[in-house]
Amino acid sequence: MAAVRETVETVGEVEKYKYGFSTDIESEKAPLGLTEDTVRFISAKKNEPAWLLEWRLAAFRRWLTMTEPTWAKVTYPPIDFQDAYYYSAPKQQAKLDSLDQVDPKLLETYEKLGIPLTEQKMLAGVAVDAVFDSVSVVTTFKEKLAEAGVIFCPMSEAVAKHPELVKKYLGSVVPTSDNFYATLNSAVFSEGSFVYIPEGVRCPMELSTYFRINEKQTGQFERTLIIAEKGSCVSYLEGCTAPQRDENQLHAAVVELVALDDAEIKYSTVQNWFPGDEEGKGGVYNFVTKRGDCRGANSKISWTQVETGSAITWKYPSCILRGDNSRGEFYSIAISNGHQQVDSGTKMIHLGRNTTSRIISKGISAGKSSNTYRGLVSVHRKAENVRNFTQCDSLLIGSKCSAHTVPYVETKNPTAVLEHEATTSKISDDQLFYCMQRGIGEEEAVALIVNGFCRDVLQQLPMEFAVEAQKLVGISLEGSVG
Amino acid sequence: MLEIRNLHVTVDGKEILKGIDLDVAAGEVHAIMGPNGSGKSTLSYVLAGREGYEVTEGSILFNGQDLREMGVDERAAAGIFLAFQYPLEIPGVTTMTFLKTALNAQRKARGEEELDAVRFLKLVREKAKPLNVNDEMLKRALNVGYSGGEKKRAEVLQMSLLEPSLAVLDETDSGLDIDALKTVAEGVNAMRSPERSMIVITHYQRLLDYIVPDVVHVLSGGRIVKTGGKELALELEKSGYAAYGADAA
Ligand SMILES: Nc1ncnc2c1ncn2[C@@H]1O[C@H](COP(=O)(O)OP(=O)(O)OP(=O)(O)O)[C@@H](O)[C@H]1O
Ligand SMILES: [Mg+2]
Repeated sequence: MAAVRETVETVGEVEKYKYGFSTDIESEKAPLGLTEDTVRFISAKKNEPAWLLEWRLAAFRRWLTMTEPTWAKVTYPPIDFQDAYYYSAPKQQAKLDSLDQVDPKLLETYEKLGIPLTEQKMLAGVAVDAVFDSVSVVTTFKEKLAEAGVIFCPMSEAVAKHPELVKKYLGSVVPTSDNFYATLNSAVFSEGSFVYIPEGVRCPMELSTYFRINEKQTGQFERTLIIAEKGSCVSYLEGCTAPQRDENQLHAAVVELVALDDAEIKYSTVQNWFPGDEEGKGGVYNFVTKRGDCRGANSKISWTQVETGSAITWKYPSCILRGDNSRGEFYSIAISNGHQQVDSGTKMIHLGRNTTSRIISKGISAGKSSNTYRGLVSVHRKAENVRNFTQCDSLLIGSKCSAHTVPYVETKNPTAVLEHEATTSKISDDQLFYCMQRGIGEEEAVALIVNGFCRDVLQQLPMEFAVEAQKLVGISLEGSVG
Repeated sequence: MLEIRNLHVTVDGKEILKGIDLDVAAGEVHAIMGPNGSGKSTLSYVLAGREGYEVTEGSILFNGQDLREMGVDERAAAGIFLAFQYPLEIPGVTTMTFLKTALNAQRKARGEEELDAVRFLKLVREKAKPLNVNDEMLKRALNVGYSGGEKKRAEVLQMSLLEPSLAVLDETDSGLDIDALKTVAEGVNAMRSPERSMIVITHYQRLLDYIVPDVVHVLSGGRIVKTGGKELALELEKSGYAAYGADAA
C-alpha cells in the first residue's frame, strides 16, 4: 500500500522494524506487513488471554482465504496489505503551550464550528488552564457512570476486567468471518470502546459528552462493543465535528451493538476525517462494519450518521431485528465533495414478528464526487407484519458529481408492508438567487439549503452536536459553488 | 435614490428591455403597469442583479453607486429588496430560520451587531402580527405548502423585517383575497417613509387605491411608453393598453 507508506513517511515516523517479533516485544510498532506473528505481537502487547489470541488467529487464517469486496461503487488503487503497519502504540500527543502553536487552518475551522475555546485547546492538544480542569470533569463522569453500574472503558481494559462479557458478546453480531474488512479487524483490532449498561439502567449521560472532553486519538482498527441489558437505554456518539487527520490511510473499524428485551441504543457518528487534497490525493479509506442486533423483544437500535470526511467511505450500519416488535432506524447524511467517494447505506434484516424499520438517507454530492446509497431491506419467512419506510433523497451541487441509489428488497413474507421513496434534486439557481436577494452570501445560502434538505436527520442528533453538525455541513461544502 | 438611464437588457440573447429611463427619488412610490411579457419582472431582476440578465447598454445608479459592480447579496445589504412574483420554496428551512439568517447576514455586511435568538424572536413577532402571520406559519418551511396569498404575505413580512431603502414589489397583490389585500397594503403603507422608495408592479388599479403611487408608468415592449400621476392607472383600467401601441410580446 504505497499510499499508506507515503503518508506514514511524511509524518516522519517510519523506522524500519529492526528486530524479529520474538526478540523485541518492547517495540512500539509491529513489523511491516501482516503475518501470524503480527497478530501474536498485538495480542501479546495487550496481554490478552489465550482464547482471544486464538480468536484473532482464527480470524486471520480466515482472512487469508478471503478477497476484497468489489461490489461497491468506489475505485482506488489496489491495496497492498503487506505494505502496512498493523500496530503502533497510541502516541501521546505532544502537549502545546498555547493555541498560537496550533495550525491556523485548524483553528479557523474550530472557530467556524463554534467550538468553545477550552475545548478547542483540548482538541488541538494544548495544555488546558485551571479554569476548566478536564481531568476532574472526566473523573466526575466516571463516578456518575460507576454509580449507575455502567461500564465504559477501552476494549483492552474490558478484556482484562470483564472477560466473561467480552467473551460472550464479541463477534456475536459481526462474526469473525463476516466480511473481508471485519475479518481483518478481528485479527488485528487494537483500540475501541466497550460499553455495558446493566438491566433497567438509563445511562445517566450522553456518552458523547464524555468523549468530547476526553478526546483520544482514533485507532486504525477500532473495535467497539455496546451491550444494553434488558430495559436499559444508552446514547453514544462517536467522532467529532472537528477535522481529524490521521496518518493511517486504511481504517477498518467494527462496531457491534446488542440490545436485549426493551433496551434501546442510539448510536450517532460524526465522521470528519481527512478527505484528501484538491487533486484527490491522500485521504482516509474508511471501510467500516457496523451492526446492531435487536436481540430482545421490543428493543430498538437507532443509527444516526453524519459523514463528511474520508476519501472513500464504505459503510452500512445495519440492524438485525430479531426480537419481536423490535425497531431499527437509520438516519444518514452523507456529504461528498472534491474527489470523495461514498458508498453507504444500511441493512434492515427483519427476523422477528411486528418488527419495524425506518431509513432516512440524505446524500449530498458536490465537486467531482460520487455518492451512492446502497440499502437492503430483508424480510424473513417467519417475520409477520413487518413495516419498513425508506426515504432516499439525493441533492446534487454542480454538474460534475454523481448520485446513485441502489435499494435491494427481499421479502419472504407477504404480510410485509414496505414503502420506498426516492428523490433527486439540485439546488436551483432560482433558490440561490432568492436567498442571495435577501442578503445571504452564496456559500451560506448553499449551507442553508443543504441544512434544510438534511433537517429530518439533523434533528436525530444529540442536541449539543446538532448545531455543530449544521455548521459542519456548510464547511464541508465550501468551494462547491461559483 | 434610483437613476436608470437608457437601460438595455438581454436575456438568453433576446433583448427584453429596450432603453428604459426611470428616476425614483427618496420617499416616492412608483407604480409600473403593463401587459404580460412587457418586461416588468425583467426590470426587477436586473435591479436585484440576477445572473443571465445582461445589461448591454445604459446605466443603473443606486444612491450614486453603479449597481452593476455589486453582487446580488451586496445589493440586498445596500438596501434593495425584491418581493418576488413567484416566491421560491426552501424545503426544510423554517421561515423563522430563513428570516434570521437573512437579517443577520445583512447586519453583518453592514458592520452591525447580529441579533441573538431572543431579540430576533421579539422583532419578528412584532413584524408578523400586523400581517397576520402567526408562529405556526413561521415554524413551517419557507413557502413550502404556503397558499398563494400566504406566500405574498411572507414576502411583505421579509420586507418589513429587512427594512430596505428601495423595495420592488412584483405583483404582490396577485392571488390575495380582499382582506389579505388590505392587510398587505397596510403593511406596505406602514413602511412608506421619506427615506424609502418603492416600485410597485401591478396589473390592477385596485391595489393603487390602497397604495397610492406618486407616479405611474406604463411599460410596454420593453420601453416606458407613458408616465403620469395616479389617475393614469384609472385611465388604463378603462381603456386598456391598446392606446399605447402595446405589443404584448
Ligand atoms: N430566459 C428567457 N429567454 C427568453 N425570453 C425570456 C426569458 N426570460 C424572460 N423572457 C421573456 O421576456 C419577456 C418579459 O418577461 P417578464 O417576465 O419581464 O414580463 P412581465 O412584464 O413581468 O410579465 P407578467 O405581467 O406576465 O409578469 C417575456 O416575453 C418573456 O417570455
Ligand atoms: Mg412579471
